[in-house]
Amino acid sequence: MRPALNGGSLRRRAVTVAVPLLAAALVMTTAACGGSDDPAKPGEKVKLTIATFGEFGYKDLYKEYMAANPNVEIVERITKAEDHHKNLAAHLATNTGAADIEAIEEGWAGQFTANPGKFYNWNDYGAAEIKAQWPAWKWQQGSSAKGEVVGLGTDVGGMAMCYRRDIFEKAGLPTDREAVSKLWPTWEEYIATGVKFKNANIKGSAWMDGPTIMYRSVLGQQPVGIYDADKVVVETNPGVKKAWDLTIDAINKGLSAKIAPWSADWNAGMAKGSFVTLACPSWMMAYIQSQAKDSSGKWDIAAVPGGGGNWGGSFLTLPKQGKNVQEAAKLAKWLVAPEQQAKVFRALGNFPSTVSLYEESVIKDFKNPFFNNAPVGQIFSNSVKTMVPQYMGPKSGDINTAIQNGLTRVEQGKQKADEAWTQSVKDVNALL
Amino acid sequence: MKNLMYRLDVKGSPYLYIVPFFLLFAAFGIFPLAYTAWVSLHEWSLLSETHTFLGLQNYRELFADEYFWNALRNTAQIWVLSTVPQLLMALLLAHVLNQRLRAPTFWRMTAVLPNITSVAAVAIIFAQIFGKDYGLVNWILETLGLGRIDWQAGTASSQIAISVMIIWRWTGYNALIYLAAMQAVSKDLYDAASLDGASSFQQLTRITVPAIRPTIIFTVIISTIGGMQVLAEPLLFGGGSMTGGSDRQFQTLSLYLYEVAFSRFDFGYASTAAWAMFGIIVIVAAINYFLTSRLRRS
Repeated sequence: MRPALNGGSLRRRAVTVAVPLLAAALVMTTAACGGSDDPAKPGEKVKLTIATFGEFGYKDLYKEYMAANPNVEIVERITKAEDHHKNLAAHLATNTGAADIEAIEEGWAGQFTANPGKFYNWNDYGAAEIKAQWPAWKWQQGSSAKGEVVGLGTDVGGMAMCYRRDIFEKAGLPTDREAVSKLWPTWEEYIATGVKFKNANIKGSAWMDGPTIMYRSVLGQQPVGIYDADKVVVETNPGVKKAWDLTIDAINKGLSAKIAPWSADWNAGMAKGSFVTLACPSWMMAYIQSQAKDSSGKWDIAAVPGGGGNWGGSFLTLPKQGKNVQEAAKLAKWLVAPEQQAKVFRALGNFPSTVSLYEESVIKDFKNPFFNNAPVGQIFSNSVKTMVPQYMGPKSGDINTAIQNGLTRVEQGKQKADEAWTQSVKDVNALL
Repeated sequence: MKNLMYRLDVKGSPYLYIVPFFLLFAAFGIFPLAYTAWVSLHEWSLLSETHTFLGLQNYRELFADEYFWNALRNTAQIWVLSTVPQLLMALLLAHVLNQRLRAPTFWRMTAVLPNITSVAAVAIIFAQIFGKDYGLVNWILETLGLGRIDWQAGTASSQIAISVMIIWRWTGYNALIYLAAMQAVSKDLYDAASLDGASSFQQLTRITVPAIRPTIIFTVIISTIGGMQVLAEPLLFGGGSMTGGSDRQFQTLSLYLYEVAFSRFDFGYASTAAWAMFGIIVIVAAINYFLTSRLRRS
């Protein structure tokens, strides 16, 4: 628009009115991106889109699958986990734009399994025959209350504790993973060891990154988490309060590097050793390896305090919008088959959800060279085998965000623990 | 008959020519606006198939919602923090660009470069620059012996960081608009002022600013509207957190709307917030309009 010095007042008035109108209209229009899923004609190549987030480690598997099935072309869309789930929800709501196969993560799965009508039911595509691959809880998480199977399990989190060998040594702590695991059978002892580390006064290194990862790990070990059956029990559940109190204790003892997870400082901190312990579900291994490429051998993996548990893990779903459901189902089933899950684990660390694998040497004996040859296969199968499955409701993700914000407020010195808890509970109730 | 066709052509064609715009405006402007109003009267979850009519319930809730007012306050603060320095700097920049320079196109292009950079890229880079541990700004502050700032944690510090992003992006754009207006100001005025011994700064304040006043008002309106809608900067500055910090210290109105729509999937309430935003923009635009007509009359 060229501003006219002496353009008529009429025109300017039109601008004054039209611009805000237009602008406001723009705010309200949510853009939907189109997906291409035309039904394939016979003899033509079938194009399958698959939408994932983070690091699924499927690249090589696609190549393998396309080589074996020349009629199939696979296109992958990768987005950040948060955005991926928002997009999927929008695509389902508008009935357009979803991929043929959509991955969903445990924390968000509840909101999708609550709307099974938007997805093909895996039971109609041969799910019953392969059901035995998965532990019952993983199967449950991917199913609706009425038993429609929305998603087939890919990986599970499991739980372990990653630590920096090099900095542990400087602080005079043991470095051997057996000895390190013995330092912290419980979270209380984990905090006590943290205090010891703090007293060693290593410049530029804190005991842990920030409250979020610790809180989620402790929470993931509780038999009941945010939900009890379909009721949100944040206020009354001692499990949630325990995770909160332990994390607050660690913050108050000055163990936190005050770094927000998934921030630029966090990524840099993994390489530079800003924090020396990080509770790590199996997928975190993949993340550390990608962020701290040059730190091979510096990170090692010990047992997590407090026993087994789970945080994270994903599922593959077939949105009803997909036109090539037969082919998509075939591909998805192939991707979640035990052999493929084992390949992903060995390449990247995402731990298989198929229990049958845990006893096989391909998993059991696998050691990850990046983590100083830690026997990760054994560590994570122990953790998954001893875990208590926890029910994840439709709003788990956002409720946890509200609680984590409360912990961060304490960490940033904005509030005392009690005030922060009161406000978090209020925020949680606003979500319901 | 021929006469009738001729009359139709003369009377009708102009409307025909402007129809495409209004069709587009109806499809992408009026319709979403009206539809949003309809949605705002319902309990409307994104994923659920049934929508219950609520009447004005959502509006009553919104006006009692402290997070809405918090977001409005943050938006206003960020707007002031970003717009005032932005327009002043743009004015100075335009004044400099209006002098005789070598390669004027190069300088003008450079000025507008930040604006054509993707906002996401800008926000990600600035989030790193304002990082607590490995950020450039903190490194400089520490070198100067001033100590580190946890930019995200504080209300003022986070809003300043976000304002810097906005200023960086929009200063050049506004400078070009000012420059275009300045070039329409008669050179004689400057020559006469020079003869009378007026300094460059005096020429700026006594000749240029009064002459381009309508343009300045235009940019104020445009940046008001832009400022009401700041979304990507706070969203990406907080690392994708929709609450805009642990205590919502930098959650803007758009971000709050986004949180309600895509985190709670409460489209009814989000539409209500969108309409409230629309109302606020209209009010601010109206105030601008009255100020403008005042100024024009004086």
